[in-house]
Amino acid sequence: MSEERDTIRALLGPAGPELTCERCFEELDRYVDLELAGRHADLEVPGMRAHLQGCPACREEHESLLALARDS
Amino acid sequence: MEGLDCESGDWLDALRDTGPRREAAVARLHDLLLRAARFEVARRRASLPHLRGGSFEDIATQSADDALVAVLAKLDDFRGESRFTTWAYKFALLEAAVRLRRLSWQGREVPLEPAAWDAFAGDRASPHDDAETRELLAALRVAIDEQLTPHQREVLVAITLTGVPIDVLAERLGTTRGALYKTLHDARQKLRRCLAGQGLDIKGVAG
Repeated sequence: MSEERDTIRALLGPAGPELTCERCFEELDRYVDLELAGRHADLEVPGMRAHLQGCPACREEHESLLALARDS
Repeated sequence: MEGLDCESGDWLDALRDTGPRREAAVARLHDLLLRAARFEVARRRASLPHLRGGSFEDIATQSADDALVAVLAKLDDFRGESRFTTWAYKFALLEAAVRLRRLSWQGREVPLEPAAWDAFAGDRASPHDDAETRELLAALRVAIDEQLTPHQREVLVAITLTGVPIDVLAERLGTTRGALYKTLHDARQKLRRCLAGQGLDIKGVAG
């Protein structure tokens, strides 16, 4: 994928409905534990995946929590 | 609490108890939060080459201390829909991440009239880009310039093109992360509507 396409994606953000940053933080632990349990996290927490695509800070925090909880 | 696992239940019981059992649980919780804060510090320390080792440990300890206060204050908010440890970790990770992002931008200007916009607004499409990408980029430049308010443009460009962390930008602008993300979201929706109104197909590139 070209850098320009990445730029377009970053500027336009996710296509579908997404959570707010506040709701993302509220649901993040449930979402991560669902992911680790191999369950359908995206179905059970609608709007989370889209928000993580659109919000770099929440995406970083999701990556950290997933990695930490996986080792716990 | 429906579905609460045994270990999480033990955490809640002990933290709601009194006396030595609670004190021991609080100390154990602080250890857990310190582990999470150190984990976040370790992930990000490469982005802060000017800080000394002791500073990182101070950041981890301050983050764990603040997270402990937040977790104890919000204990009744824990719904048992995750493990207690996963729930608690997120507070320490957030505290550490915000501190480290702010430190990495300390003393740096947050460009609100950014070179990033000038570079983007100029025609820099690569000759390797397909016609669809070039057309979208051209329409986006015009839409950002003409359709967004100055504040929407500042926020969009700072976060998506310049890479300013949203909490750093919120601090500099005296607002909240949530309010800034709403601005970003509204700007993006406006751009999507504008491009769609021109009959441009954005699904192939941006979903």
